[in-house]
Amino acid sequence: MASLTKTNAGQSGAIRIQVALIGCNHRTAPVELRERITFTPQQALQAADELRDRGILEEAVVLSTCNRSELYGVPGDANPTPAEAMEDYFRSFHRIGRADLAGRVYRWTGPDAVRHLFRVAAGVDSMMLGEAEILGQLRTAYSQALDHGATGPVLNRVFQGALEVGKRVRSETEVGTRPMSVALAGVKLAERVFGNLKGHSALILGAGSVAEQVIECLRNRGIGSLRIVNRSLDRAAELAKRVGGEAIAWESLETVLGLPDILVTSVGSTGPVLTRELLERAIAARSGRPVFVVDLAVPRNVAPEAAGLYNLYLYNIDDLGEIVEQNKKAREAEIPRAEAIISEHIAKFEAWRAALEAGSIVDDLRGKFHKQRELLIREKLAEMDNVLPDERARIAHITEELIERVLKQPSDKVRHGRGMRGRLAGLEALRHLFGLDEDKE
Amino acid sequence: MAQQLGYLSLALYVASFLCYVGNLYLPNLWVGRLATLLLASGILAQYFSLYQRSIVIHSVPYDDLYGSMSLFAWLLGITYLGLELFHGQRSVGPFVTLLLVAWVASLGFISAGAPTVRPPARGALFAFHVTLNTWAYAAFALSFVLSLVYLVQDQVLRSRRLGAAFWRFPALDVLDRMARSSVYVGLVALAFGASMGFVWEHRLRGTYSFGDPKVIVTFAIVVVYAAYLLLSRNATWRGARAAMLCAMNFVIVMFSYTFVNLYLTKFHRFF
Repeated sequence: MASLTKTNAGQSGAIRIQVALIGCNHRTAPVELRERITFTPQQALQAADELRDRGILEEAVVLSTCNRSELYGVPGDANPTPAEAMEDYFRSFHRIGRADLAGRVYRWTGPDAVRHLFRVAAGVDSMMLGEAEILGQLRTAYSQALDHGATGPVLNRVFQGALEVGKRVRSETEVGTRPMSVALAGVKLAERVFGNLKGHSALILGAGSVAEQVIECLRNRGIGSLRIVNRSLDRAAELAKRVGGEAIAWESLETVLGLPDILVTSVGSTGPVLTRELLERAIAARSGRPVFVVDLAVPRNVAPEAAGLYNLYLYNIDDLGEIVEQNKKAREAEIPRAEAIISEHIAKFEAWRAALEAGSIVDDLRGKFHKQRELLIREKLAEMDNVLPDERARIAHITEELIERVLKQPSDKVRHGRGMRGRLAGLEALRHLFGLDEDKE
Repeated sequence: MAQQLGYLSLALYVASFLCYVGNLYLPNLWVGRLATLLLASGILAQYFSLYQRSIVIHSVPYDDLYGSMSLFAWLLGITYLGLELFHGQRSVGPFVTLLLVAWVASLGFISAGAPTVRPPARGALFAFHVTLNTWAYAAFALSFVLSLVYLVQDQVLRSRRLGAAFWRFPALDVLDRMARSSVYVGLVALAFGASMGFVWEHRLRGTYSFGDPKVIVTFAIVVVYAAYLLLSRNATWRGARAAMLCAMNFVIVMFSYTFVNLYLTKFHRFF
């Protein structure tokens, strides 16, 4: 019996998939320029719409944070090199002259653009290496674009890959684990004593900007309750109202000193505000439960002798500064591991892209149908005793023709359909519905 | 067969230890899971090794030092695995598995000997008596390891010289709770185990051996660990001092397990 397999490689439509990116970040643009080129969430969606309406891009996502403004897109068939048009649009949107952006904008296409996005998601392109916020910002930007219908199969694939990269880098490397600010280092150290901060309380002495940074970190880490003591009660009350804490008068300091598990001080003074004796009484008042003290003031607010008290852990600003410096080096040492994860995901994306570009999905589908056809015919003919060889050939021919007829419509649609986005969506649907990835695995 | 399974469990414990260490220095979820899986496999292999001995003597393998130590290691592994799953903490794993490896490896220096059948030493009550008491020792060993880690972590926090692994260890509060959970398990197991021993002895001989050195030391163990549980909540003792007390208490457990078993007790052997 002749082979029943027949392939028609190359008959499906060839698609060229390109990811393009233009943008500015903290490395290329000073803050004065960055603040002029940010996008609000509404503006980001408006820009995505306009880029698509003008035919510059078929898919678009705008990522705008305080340190970067970036346009990601997939150009259509009509405009395969859209970087120039994207930059023109970027300038016109923000009403910025060409000279102002000269040398400030980076442009990447293809795997370089994907690598850039993956590095952003991993936090290795951030001002503070490994920062966690960027992943949330990226997720929000992508979700909004997705809900708005601005993305398509390519950007969906790229951004979902980026989110996976960000997640893996944070769970499998130490790029994002160690605190990089003095305030966060203090709070993370407190977690080394108490574990989860949810059931614990903190007392903040001072209502300045340093105190605010610590409060923000404590709130982010889920601190149970927060009290603020300041020489100016009004200022303490104003801050307490803003951050959801309780303001305490300076005169009541000693009364409340026994309550908190975490004590953060940053008030201006010429000598120690918290003496060893005062803290000893506070620990006794809390039945010897441990207290973690962070002294961020210069001159120091806590008498150094207090460090010898049982169950009191005291860290001053120099101690924390040194820890931050160590952590920075440790995070930098993790970059190669993060880059390895990024490269792994780029390879995955490239494999997906190559499969779509080569139009091999329709070929794969055809191959799958032929394989099934061959199996079915063998199985059925084995049950029939008196089928002549020319009848067998006719059956084979008819079923081959059936497959070609069935495949004609989807093949034409992905080859000649309107817009690359629609064709890609069709290919993606075929891949998913017929489990072509599973077959390859 | 029992010996081959013993070697297999040792190999699995070594592999688990290496994975726990790897996970501590270069955290990776899958390496951590593999460490737990290898530990569980080691426990399973050791179970079958113990079972081989048990079917010969028709009882728990308590009778010689080899069987007793093997049972101890097995129960230590199980107790740690339970605590790891309950508290969701793998960072103490390297220390516990190191102890397991050292313990099981030391079995290689002890002659396994042929298990002997001793007619009175059998029955469900006796099996529970032996198993629960050995389990109590294993739980106390675990609280010893946790208390040592607590003391090191406390010292590192006080010295302000934080090493690479510092951020991977559990918080002091978590270590404290894990150690106390372990002591609770040990005390409950010891209380039930000892009670069953008394009942079993009374059924067999119609008397109670309150004057036996093993019984006296066991009572002392209950007292010191109960004191630890009380003092660990006390203003003066909570924290590092309580951890120190817990670690010191284990000296009495080891004394009971070795010196008392070998030289003082009249009818207790290796548990």
